[in-house]
Amino acid sequence: MSEIKDIDALRAQLDGTRGKEYWRSLEALSGTPEFKEFLHREFPQNASEWLDPVGRRGFLKLMSASLALAGVSACTRQPTEELVPYVRQPEELVPGKPLFYATAMPFAGAGMGLLVESHEGRPTKIEGNPDHPSSRGATDLFAQASILGLYDPDRSTTITNLGDIEPFSAFVVAMRSVLAAQLSKKGAGLRILTETIASPTMAAQIDDLLTRLPAAKVVQWEPFFGHNAREGSRLAFNEYVAPQYAVEKADVILSLDADFMCVGAAGLRNARAFASRRRAENTGTRNRLYAVESTPTNSGSRADHRLPLKASQIEGVARALAAKLNVPGVAAVSVSGEAASKFLESLAVDLQGARGKSLVIAGDSQPASVHAVVHAINAALGNVGQTVSYTQTPEARPGNQIASLRELVGEMNAGTVDFVLILGGNPVYTAPADLKFGDALAKVRLRAHVGQYEDETAEKCQWHVPEAHYLEMWSDVRADDGTVTIVQPLIAPLYGGKSPHEILAAFAETGGGERPGYDIVREYWAKQTGLSTAAPAAPPVVVAAPVPAPAAPKAPPAGAAAGVGAGAPAAAPAVPAPIAAAPKPALSPFDLAWRKWLHDGLVPGTAFATRQVTLQGAMPPAATPVGDGLEVVFRPDPAVHDGRFSNNAWLQELPKSLTKLTWDNAALIAPGTAKRLLLISGDVVELKQGGQTVRIPVWLAPGQAADTLTLHLGYGRTRSGRTGTGIGFAVNALRTTGAPDTLAGVQLTKTGDNYELACTQDHGSLEGRNLIRVATQAQYTADPSFAAKMQEEIPKTLTMLPPRSYEGYAWGMAIDQNVCTGCNACVVACQAENNVPVVGKSQVANGREMHWLRVDRYYTGDDPDNPDTYHQPMPCQQCESAPCEVVCPVSATTHSDEGLNDMVYNRCVGTRYCSNNCPFKVRRFNFLLYGDFTTESYKLQRNPDVTVRSRGVMEKCTYCVQRINQARVASKLDDREIRDGEVVTACQSACPTEAIVFGNLNDPNSRVSKLRANTLNYRLLEELNVRPRTSYMAVVRNPNTTLEPAKPTNGEERG
Amino acid sequence: MPQIFDRSANFLSKASLGGLLLFVGGVITLLMVFGRSSYVTRANEYIEQPIQFSHAHHVGDDGIDCRYCHTSVETSAFAGIPPTKTCMNCHSQLWNTAPILEPVRASFRDDKPLHWIRVHDLPDFVYFNHSIHVKKGMGCETCHGRVDQMPLMLQRNSLQMEWCINCHRNPENYVRPRSEIFTMGYQPAEPQSVIGPRLVKQYAIKGNTSCSTCHR
Repeated sequence: MSEIKDIDALRAQLDGTRGKEYWRSLEALSGTPEFKEFLHREFPQNASEWLDPVGRRGFLKLMSASLALAGVSACTRQPTEELVPYVRQPEELVPGKPLFYATAMPFAGAGMGLLVESHEGRPTKIEGNPDHPSSRGATDLFAQASILGLYDPDRSTTITNLGDIEPFSAFVVAMRSVLAAQLSKKGAGLRILTETIASPTMAAQIDDLLTRLPAAKVVQWEPFFGHNAREGSRLAFNEYVAPQYAVEKADVILSLDADFMCVGAAGLRNARAFASRRRAENTGTRNRLYAVESTPTNSGSRADHRLPLKASQIEGVARALAAKLNVPGVAAVSVSGEAASKFLESLAVDLQGARGKSLVIAGDSQPASVHAVVHAINAALGNVGQTVSYTQTPEARPGNQIASLRELVGEMNAGTVDFVLILGGNPVYTAPADLKFGDALAKVRLRAHVGQYEDETAEKCQWHVPEAHYLEMWSDVRADDGTVTIVQPLIAPLYGGKSPHEILAAFAETGGGERPGYDIVREYWAKQTGLSTAAPAAPPVVVAAPVPAPAAPKAPPAGAAAGVGAGAPAAAPAVPAPIAAAPKPALSPFDLAWRKWLHDGLVPGTAFATRQVTLQGAMPPAATPVGDGLEVVFRPDPAVHDGRFSNNAWLQELPKSLTKLTWDNAALIAPGTAKRLLLISGDVVELKQGGQTVRIPVWLAPGQAADTLTLHLGYGRTRSGRTGTGIGFAVNALRTTGAPDTLAGVQLTKTGDNYELACTQDHGSLEGRNLIRVATQAQYTADPSFAAKMQEEIPKTLTMLPPRSYEGYAWGMAIDQNVCTGCNACVVACQAENNVPVVGKSQVANGREMHWLRVDRYYTGDDPDNPDTYHQPMPCQQCESAPCEVVCPVSATTHSDEGLNDMVYNRCVGTRYCSNNCPFKVRRFNFLLYGDFTTESYKLQRNPDVTVRSRGVMEKCTYCVQRINQARVASKLDDREIRDGEVVTACQSACPTEAIVFGNLNDPNSRVSKLRANTLNYRLLEELNVRPRTSYMAVVRNPNTTLEPAKPTNGEERG
Repeated sequence: MPQIFDRSANFLSKASLGGLLLFVGGVITLLMVFGRSSYVTRANEYIEQPIQFSHAHHVGDDGIDCRYCHTSVETSAFAGIPPTKTCMNCHSQLWNTAPILEPVRASFRDDKPLHWIRVHDLPDFVYFNHSIHVKKGMGCETCHGRVDQMPLMLQRNSLQMEWCINCHRNPENYVRPRSEIFTMGYQPAEPQSVIGPRLVKQYAIKGNTSCSTCHR
């Protein structure tokens, strides 16, 4: 887009007298003529123009033809459709009503408890399991998007050996022969490479295998995992333990390069706990978050004080802090820079003042020694047992994954490995570049890959077996706190996938090689619990029958699906018996427990007990010497993670939380550093280190540490599928086992090329109108109603629209910006619930993305290199005096009796007047046929309660009107009113911090009404008198007054 | 130069202008009539089904309740099409060798579902809910007609929005007591003008006409 001429001019502009400014992008801040031009167009240049050489005559021809066709189309006959009922309808199924099943998503070494919505056997939507201790009803964006992965038509569909299609039995035979050959060598030539094992059943299977083949080895590799955290715990305590945080108990929190609220297994729990001390309606003391980070994170965006610092300097901060807090065994380190030392000074005092109520968290990318120091700091602050406790690790076999992967590669190169089974994961793509994993793998005589895609690793293996998606298999998984959930399938494998348990069964001593995963998981848990799987001999008599009880109904054979009663006809009684409940099949003690676990989505009593740990005396020496020059930090991509989701179009098109980039990755660089290096966003650079080169465009990221480039893995895939192949830039070449997180001494060369990145941050810009209202805790205490006073203009009340009254329900939403971390789970949830299509990179660049809900990210502050960051989810505001409604020539958007702006797709003729007249720019238009009407598998994913839109139709957020209607019908069938909290919108239910509250504004006791009455509540653009139904809670920050002297209440300040 | 047209030609020009208007009007009228015709709505069209199932026999002669087969009509949006098992409840004993029922037995035997042709087919952007209509006192007959007299199922009404809205605006003309919902050939005990408004009040019928009631 436009070029940023001068960072100094930006600074001057920020220092100006215009008061507090909020900006979304550096382009907007600089206010260049190009940016203004961009803004004033509804869509970017040429996006809405007909470029083909069509003259007036051609235009008239097209128009008249389409007019005629439009008339005729109303007279088409409905095509013939079929009704296909069940042969034997499952008892619990009511056609037209979804069922919800509890399961869990295994992801990067831990599980997330979920409820999955199923329509007549098709899973369509993921929700969090409210009973699960970690997810507590929320989900992250990966869980939300995983439903699309299930139906991905590019998943591998056949078992192949050297390209020939084989049956599974052939694979089992091949594995049995490997096993037979290895038995004599005690498995010395057998290696199994898996992702992090969080399934107790799989761990038991592997233990069993290793008992029989003691020389075999199982290697785990996860490109992004708490490698350093685990090593840090070993350094500090001499054992592998996992820290469990009680963030809700902490008054002062320090995050050292940790995205503890969004990343990792505990992210959801931490976010919920953090939010409990930050909510608008919170009456207790607000917590305070300090963040020292090398690259902006979502957690850091909620920090009251943020210090951008090179990743390698963070260890210095940790050690200096430890010295100030008198942690034994840590030598004092001086911290360079006035800002940093002042930050540290105040931080140390603050932490000291909150002994036992503070918390220091180190990020996964910080070296192990930092983790060790942080454990010591938490101990010195008396936090252990209060805000942090230690348990065993959720992964079954903790260890140094990088070292064991290196060892495996050594063995493969030495030729001592006869057979390697790669069970999940894509190590050829994700392994650090210096291992040259692909080359080493090729030296193994027999290689088998089990994965969902025929990816880079599958290409290098003889055998490939499709892996079942977690929604297709029986398994089990531990959450971060140890709680076990039985993973139950929602659908039979679509592409014949096999679960890891079924693969490992081929190596088992018993069972003949092929066993259903169901049996394996049940057998493990029956053994664990010691409960009998035998049904009681005589079933309990349910009803007193007039005749002697008939012969005992046969208990379902072990392994039969639950709930299917055998229809064995009993001997006809002489006297017709009164109609009574069918005798329940007798359940074994294990089955009784098992069914409850499946129903609840967790196995009770499996959470880990706290473990007592003792600090080892000496602190490890500092790991990384602080070097000058450019430094690279590696991170998983916020949308596609390590590349495993790269064929997921929802995630590809998701505007990444802090950069708003889609469909690509870029090297993030601080604006100040970019100015020094004469770079602007989109400039392609060459990064060189140790003989390796990566070409990648840069992206100016406010808040990035100076001289630090952030590289996101997960792009540049060569064998991903039709969505993910060949997009973005592979950066793995620079990642080595020696420096998997931070790479110093990187040479940067400007190539002179420019690459177009599709970024949405300035789409739908509101031209500098200030939509975010912020005060500090002191200002808020002095004037609780500051938010109302920040109104720019006096709202007018004159309207030409007729007055409306709402009897019954008046739906409204309140969004608490205090706790929104911008994690994007809501955006993907909305996409899944409302059948929102993806449009592709070029269409996003044209401003045609279709997300009904966007999360606007605003920066403020006088330093583009360290701004404050705010997130503002922006669904349709459902205005009461809606500007969109009055301009529609065909009444396709109308006002409902409950105050919604209804959008009627079948009426819409696509004038786009409504979108032009919308001050919030939340309407989306189907310029082309974006909805996929042809791919069969995607049809299964669609929510049957929401229309799939076609070309030429406007659409927008409906407040999930399908959920409102369902609740309305349900309440009327029960002769009652809809209860508060009964209607939960998709975005609301996904939100980890419960930032979105929805309900009836006519009910003064509803949660949304109470939030509406809160003094922090405000509505956007009130001066336009559109009266939005969606309102926002102003942000109250809690800065340390020694770092940020209190300012008077900013009545004068434009907020 | 002599005149090409004499004065009498004025009539022709006027007539052709008027004729053009009439023609345009006629085409529009024709389209509107055509759009509402049973050819387009497929009302009253007999549709051949894989099995010659007769509602007239099962409902009219045998007196089987609607809900014996359409089990979810009171609880779900979809009334439910009976699984083959429901047919076999009786037909494993009755007419269990009749050739006409062979497809049913084959379905049950081979676990292959029957493929019925949909008779009442709303467009995909319309979301109709049976349960709430039953709850609010809408008889089956009101929309589906005298099913007990239909040897082959057919669609009695147009199912166009005009027809839906007619009732949503004036539910008192169609509502019946809940006890009579599944009655065929219902005659109100009192005149509809008396019983209708009373039931609308009693059942708290709102007759929602917001677009999102049916379109979403």
